[in-house]
Amino acid sequence: MTELSKTPLYELHVELGGKMVPFAGYEMPVQFPAGIMTEHNHTRAKAGLFDVSHMGQVILRGPDVASAFETLVPMDVAGLGEGRQRYGLFLNDQGGILDDLMFANRGDHLFVVVNAACKEADTAHMKAALEPAISVTPVTNRALLALQGPGAEAVLAGLAPEAAQMRFMDVRTLELQGAECWVSRSGYTGEDGYEISVPSDQAEALARTLLAHDDVMPIGLGARDSLRLEAGLCLYGHDIDAATLPAEAGLTWAIQKLRRTGGAREGGFPGAEPVLAQIAQGPARLRVGLRPEGRAPMREGVELFAEAEGGAPIGRITSGGFGPTVGGPVAMGYVPADLAAPGTTVYGELRGKRLPATLTKLPFVAANFKR
Amino acid sequence: MKYTEEHEWLLPEGDLIVVGITEYAAEQLGDVVFVELPEVGTEVTKDEEIVVIESVKAASDILAPLDGEIVEVNEALADNPGKVNEDAMGDAWFFKIRPSDLSPMDDYMDEAAYKDFIG
Repeated sequence: MTELSKTPLYELHVELGGKMVPFAGYEMPVQFPAGIMTEHNHTRAKAGLFDVSHMGQVILRGPDVASAFETLVPMDVAGLGEGRQRYGLFLNDQGGILDDLMFANRGDHLFVVVNAACKEADTAHMKAALEPAISVTPVTNRALLALQGPGAEAVLAGLAPEAAQMRFMDVRTLELQGAECWVSRSGYTGEDGYEISVPSDQAEALARTLLAHDDVMPIGLGARDSLRLEAGLCLYGHDIDAATLPAEAGLTWAIQKLRRTGGAREGGFPGAEPVLAQIAQGPARLRVGLRPEGRAPMREGVELFAEAEGGAPIGRITSGGFGPTVGGPVAMGYVPADLAAPGTTVYGELRGKRLPATLTKLPFVAANFKR
Repeated sequence: MKYTEEHEWLLPEGDLIVVGITEYAAEQLGDVVFVELPEVGTEVTKDEEIVVIESVKAASDILAPLDGEIVEVNEALADNPGKVNEDAMGDAWFFKIRPSDLSPMDDYMDEAAYKDFIG
C-alpha cells in the first residue's frame, strides 16, 4: 500500500478536529466537529472554507496554446478571453469522459484544474498530445482553497478589495496577505465563491485568516458532496466516467456550438465523431435528478425500475444522499431518454423494496452565482 | 442498563426491554436522516437486522439483541430522525421487545465495560 499524501493544511485540519479519511491518495477531512449537516447549511447561509489541494493544478505554456488545447477538449478555448475560466472535458477516442476540469486563460498560459484521482493520467494524456510544442507543468508547490457561500465576497474583499469586482468565472492574480494567489470566481457548491491557488508555504496562514472571520467555517468532503449534489454537479467516477458521453450526461452545454457539427471549428478532438453523433441523434439514456419520496436516501448503485413490480432495471443511481437544503433525499442517475421527462415516477429498489422517486430538473437548489 | 458490541443499549422496563443506540454510536454515524423501524408484532431472532439507520454518511443496520416480539416502536423517529443525535440514550429509543430468551443479557456489557470497549 502506498502511503497517503498530506496537503499543506493537514496539520490545521487535525488541530480543528477534522475526521481524516483516505481520499484519492490523500488524507482529507470528511467532516469537522460541527458535522456535515451544519457545515452544509453554513456554506449556503454564510461561507465555508474547503481544502481542495489534492486536486491537480497544471500550467500549459507554448505557442498558440489555446489552439493546441482544442485538440484535446471539445471546448472553445481560443475564444476564451484573458482572465476568464471555462468548464472542460477530456475524452477518449470513443467519446467517453476521461475527466472533467476547469481551464483558465491567464494571458501567456492556460491554467488547468483537474480531479485528484485523475491527475496523473490527465498529465500523461496532455503530455502525450501536446509536448514538445507545449510544456505541460504540474504545479506541485501550491495549495488550492475554496471559499464558498454568499458571504465569500465580503470575506475575500476584506483581504483584497478587487475580489468584489470579479464576476462568475473570472480569474485574477490577487495578493492575499502578501501571497501571490491565482483566484477564480467559481466552485463546486452552486454558491457564489472563489477558488484560491496559494503557495504551499503560505496556505496555512491564509486559511487561518479566512477562518478567523466570524462567517467562515471549515468544511469537509462530506458537505462538499452534498452541496455539489444539490447543485446538480457531476462527480467524476460516479455520475460520469469513461463509458459516459457528454450528451447523455447532460453536458452538451459545455461543448460550444463552434466545436459541434456545422460549427466554425467543428470536431478535431478525441472522440469527436461519436460525441457529435450523439448530440445530433439524441442519446438513448440521460442523466436525471431524482427526488425519492419519503426520507430514505437512494445512494449510488440503487437500481431503478419503471414499475412498482416486475420488469428489468431501466437504470441506476450514480450518486445520492440526503440534501440538507432540500430537506430530503436527492439523487442523480441515468434512465432511458423516453422516460426522462421531469415529473415521471420511477422506482428505486432499496433493501428489496421498490420505493417511488420523482424525476426532477437539476439543480435541486438554484445556483447563486454572481454573473 | 446493558450494552452490546453493536453499540445498542438495553433497558429493562417491566417485562420488556427498551432498545436504542448509544451516544457514541450516534456520534460516529453523524447526522441521522432516516430511520426505518420494524412493524409492531414482528417476531425477531437475535442478530437479525431489524432497523435501518441512514445518516448523511451511510446506511447502517441495527440487530435484534434478543429473540422476541416487537411490541412498540418509536414512531416519532420517522418524522424526526435527528432526535437520535440529540438524545440517543433517552427520547430516541428505537423499539421495545418482549424477550422470549433473556439469557444473552448476561453476556452483554455493563456501563463500565462498555466504556472500556469504546476506549
